[in-house]
Amino acid sequence: MATVAADRLFGKSIKRREDPRFITGRGRYVDDLKLPGMTYAAFVRSPHAHARIRKIDTAAAARHPGVVAVFTGKDMTGVNSLPCGWDLRKAKNIPGVVQDLAIVPHMPLTSDAARHVGDPVAVVIADSQEAAIDAAEKVQVDWEPLPAVTVTERAAQSGAPQLHADAPGNVAFKWEIGDRNATDAAFKGAAVTVKKRIVNQRLVANAMEPRACVARYEDATGDLTLWVTSQNPHVHRLLMCAFVLGIPENNVRVIAPDVGGGFGSKIFLYNEEVICSWASRRLKRPVRWTATRREAYLTDAHGRDHVTDAEIALSRDGKILGLRVKTTANLGAYLSTFAPAVPTFLYGTLLNGVYTIGAIHCEVTGVFSNTTAVDAYRGAGRPEACYAIERIVEAGARGLGMDVAELRKKNFIPKFSGAYQTHVAVSYDSGDYGAAWDRMLQMLDYKKFRAEQEAARKQGRLLGIGFSAYIEACSIAPSKLVGALGAGAGLYESGKVRVHPTGMVTVFTGSHSHGQGHETTFAQLVADKLGIPIEQVDIVHGDTGSVAFGMGTYGSRSASVGGTAILMSLNKVIEKGKKIAAHLLEASPGDIDFSSGEFRVKGAPGKAVPFGAVSLTAYVPHNYPEGLEPGLEETSFYDPSNFCFPFGAHACVVEVERETGNVRILRYLAVDDVGNVINPMIVDGMVHGGIAQGVGQALWEGAVYDGQSGQLMTGSMMDYALPKADMLPMYETDRTVTPTPVNPMGVKGAGETGTIASPPAVVNAVVDALAPLGVDHIEAMPLTAERVWKIIQGAKGAR
Amino acid sequence: MKLPVKMTINGQSYSHDVEPRLLLVHYIREAVGLTGTHVGCDTSQCGACTILMDGDAVKACTFFAVQVDGANIMTIEGLAKDGELHPIQMGFWEKHGLQCGFCTPGMIMSAYQMLERYPKPTEAQIRHQLEGNLCRCTGYHNIVKAIEWAAEHMPAKR
Ligand code: FES
Ligand code: FES
Repeated sequence: MATVAADRLFGKSIKRREDPRFITGRGRYVDDLKLPGMTYAAFVRSPHAHARIRKIDTAAAARHPGVVAVFTGKDMTGVNSLPCGWDLRKAKNIPGVVQDLAIVPHMPLTSDAARHVGDPVAVVIADSQEAAIDAAEKVQVDWEPLPAVTVTERAAQSGAPQLHADAPGNVAFKWEIGDRNATDAAFKGAAVTVKKRIVNQRLVANAMEPRACVARYEDATGDLTLWVTSQNPHVHRLLMCAFVLGIPENNVRVIAPDVGGGFGSKIFLYNEEVICSWASRRLKRPVRWTATRREAYLTDAHGRDHVTDAEIALSRDGKILGLRVKTTANLGAYLSTFAPAVPTFLYGTLLNGVYTIGAIHCEVTGVFSNTTAVDAYRGAGRPEACYAIERIVEAGARGLGMDVAELRKKNFIPKFSGAYQTHVAVSYDSGDYGAAWDRMLQMLDYKKFRAEQEAARKQGRLLGIGFSAYIEACSIAPSKLVGALGAGAGLYESGKVRVHPTGMVTVFTGSHSHGQGHETTFAQLVADKLGIPIEQVDIVHGDTGSVAFGMGTYGSRSASVGGTAILMSLNKVIEKGKKIAAHLLEASPGDIDFSSGEFRVKGAPGKAVPFGAVSLTAYVPHNYPEGLEPGLEETSFYDPSNFCFPFGAHACVVEVERETGNVRILRYLAVDDVGNVINPMIVDGMVHGGIAQGVGQALWEGAVYDGQSGQLMTGSMMDYALPKADMLPMYETDRTVTPTPVNPMGVKGAGETGTIASPPAVVNAVVDALAPLGVDHIEAMPLTAERVWKIIQGAKGAR
Repeated sequence: MKLPVKMTINGQSYSHDVEPRLLLVHYIREAVGLTGTHVGCDTSQCGACTILMDGDAVKACTFFAVQVDGANIMTIEGLAKDGELHPIQMGFWEKHGLQCGFCTPGMIMSAYQMLERYPKPTEAQIRHQLEGNLCRCTGYHNIVKAIEWAAEHMPAKR
C-alpha cells in the first residue's frame, strides 16, 4: 500500500485509521464487555419530580431469585456527595466580575428526598439483567409527594417550592460581568434601543451510545477497574476516588474504551458509575450497568435552558453602542460537575461577539429546579452567547431599518493578531471576521438571493435568510486563568511519545476520542513531524493505566492542547535524537538537522543517519554519547497561555410553508476559521455534525417538562425529535485560515463551531421569511411547524 | 421458564434456551456474543440494532428471540467476506460516513437493503430510506455520500 509522503501528512484528508473496526462491527464499547461472575445493576428511581422519602422497603426485592444485594443511600456510609468542580465562590481578581454560589449536597443515592424524576434512590444488583429489573420493581418506596417547580422563570420566584436548605429561594448563584455604568450611559446616548426576550430551550445531548459502566474489584490486590463511557477517564478517577469514595487513586484504573459520542454529556461524574464501583468493592464481584434510553433522557446532564432579556443600543448610523443581557439559567436539581461554569465564564465572556461594542453588561442568575441537572452540552455557554448576540443584532438592524448584513459589516472588529481585549474579561487571539463573512456572502450570492426573495414574496411564498457571525472560545484552558475563575482543576494536557528500539512509536495522550478521530489526526501529526510512515505510529488514549494523566476531551481542546503536548514531546525526542546522531556522525549536536526522518550534518549531504538507527542506538547504547541516558521516551504537559477563538460566518436559507408552518432548509452555508487544520475531512465532518445539532435545536429539539407534575414529557426518542437524514440538507462549507499565535501548530479547535453558529442563523431566517406578515421576532425555539403556524395565524399581516 | 431457540447467524447455527421476553438484539449480543449490533434506544427509533433477517433489514429490538426461531440472520460481522470489505463498508470509510461508529453497523445494514431496492438511489431516496436510522455525529451529509459511493462501486448483479 502506498504511503502518503510522510512529511506532507499535516493538512491531508487521509482516511481514518479507526474506521476498519467500526465498519466491521468490532468496535469495543463498554456494554460489549462481559466478565466472569458479572452482576447487573438496576436502579430504582423517583417517579415524582419532588417528594420526601418516608421509608424504603427492600425486603421483597432482596428475596427475589437471583438478587445479590439491594442498597439504598443509608447503606452507603462514608460515601460523600458528588463534587461540583467549579466553585464560583473562589473566583477573584477578575475586573467586573461579581459572584457567589450555593453548594448543595448531591448524594449518589438520595435518602431524604427526590428532587427530579429519575433521581435514584436504590440499586438492585443481581446475577442477571432480568432479575435486577424485576426485583427493582419490588422495592417499595413510601413517597410523600411535594409541589415541584420546573419552569426556569418560576424557580426563584417567591412561593416556589424549595429544593435545598442551603440554597434559599432556589438561587444557586448570581453572577455579573462587564461595566454596568458604562452600559447604562451607552443606552442613554443611543438613537435606537431594541429589547427582546430570547429563550434558549433545554436540550438533551443524545449521544447514540447510552451511558454505561462496568466496575470490577479484585479482592486479592485491592484494585478496582472501571470501564466507563467517559470523555475524560482521569477526571472521573480523580473525582470518584478523592472526593466521593475516598479510596486510593493509584488502586483504581479507569478505562474509557470506544465511546459512542459524548457532546459533553460524558464529561461528568454520575451517580451510577460511583454506585457500581462502590458496590463492586462491597460485593467483590464485577457490576455492569447500561442506561436505557429512557434513563439517558432522565439522567444524562441536559444542556442550555436560558431565559434571557437582551437589549442592544445603536447609533443612527448602525454602530453598536451597548449590549445589556440578563439571563436566568436553569441548573436543574443538583450542581453537575461543571455546571456553574457554563452559564457564566463560558457564556458571559463571549458576549462581545465579533463586534466592536461600546459597553457590555451581563447578569446571570443560576436557579435550582425539579429537573435533571444541566451542564455542558456541545458548545456549552458559547451557543447561548452566540444566540443572544446574533438574534439581538438582527432585531437591532430591523429596529433601525438597516440591512442585517450591512449592520454586521459596520461593526466587525478589524483584522488583528495577538490580542483584542474585550469588555468581558477575555482577550481574543487572532481574527479576520470580515474575511470569513465576505467569503460566505460570495458563496451565497446575497444580492441575487434578495432579488429571488422579492420575486417569491410577490407570489406569496415565504422565503427567508438568516445569518450568524460567531466566535467561540476553545483550546480550554489556561490553568491559572480558570483557577482564578473558580475551576477546581488545571486544564492542561499530557502527551507522551515512546519511541521503540525499532523506530515504531507509541503515543499516550490524555485527550479522549469518542468520534473525533484522534487515532488518525494525532498519528498524522507524529508521522509528519518525525518523517516516518504513519503505519509506524500508534495512539493510546482513554486508559489511566497507560496514560500518565489527562484532562480529556471537551471544549474543542484535543488538537490545540492535547496535540501541542504531543508536539512538545516530539521536539524533545528530536533534540535527544540529535545528540545521539551527532555522536554517530562524529559531529556536534548543534550541527545536526532533522527532517524527513533523517538526522543530517548541516552542509554535508552524505553524512546522515535515519530515525530508526538513532532509536535503536538509544536502546542499544554501545556507541553512545557520554552522560546521556539510554532510551527514547519523552513526556510533556502543555498548559495553553490563552484560549483560542475560532470564528466564522454561517447563513441559512429557508422556505416556510404558509398553510402548515413547516420550515424547509433550502441552503445551509458555513465558512469557518478554525486556524490550521490537520485533517480537513475530519474537520468538515465535525462541522456537519455540529450544524445538524444546531439546526435540531432551532427546529425540532427540546426537553419539555409538564409544569404541573414535573414529568419529563420528552423522555424517549418518540417524543424528543432528533434530526433525521431527510430533515437536513447537504451543507456548503468552506474555510478561511487565520492561524492562532497561541500554540505552535496554529490550530484553534473545530468541535463545536457548527452547534454554536447554526441556531441563530436558522431562527433569523424564519423571522426574515415571516417579515412580510409583520413578524419581527420569535421568542422561543424549536420552530416546529405547530409553533410557526401559530405565529403565522397570530401575525397582523396574515389576516 | 426458558424456551429453546435456533437460528443461523452469519452462516453459523446457534441454539440456546432463553427467556421468552429476551429481545433478539440482546440474544445476538449477550447469548451469541456478536456485539457489533448495538442498542441505542428502547422505543425502536434509533436503528443501531438493524440486521438482515431472511433478506430484510429489520430492527433486532422489535423481535423476541423466540419469535424468530429458525431465521437466517446476517449482522454487521457477517458482511465482509474473507476479509474483503463490502462496498458499503468501503463507502463509509472512503467518505468519512462515521465518527463515533455507534450508529454505523445499523446504517450499513440499512444501506444494504436500500441498495437492493434502489441500486442507483438519488440523494432524496437515500435520506428517505434512512428514516429509521439516527446518527448524532455526522449530520448525515457524509453518510449520504458514503451510500452514493457504495452504489457506484457495487458489483453488477448477475
Ligand atoms: S435499539 Fe434503537 S431501534 Fe433498536
Ligand atoms: S457516527 Fe456517532 S452516531 Fe453516527
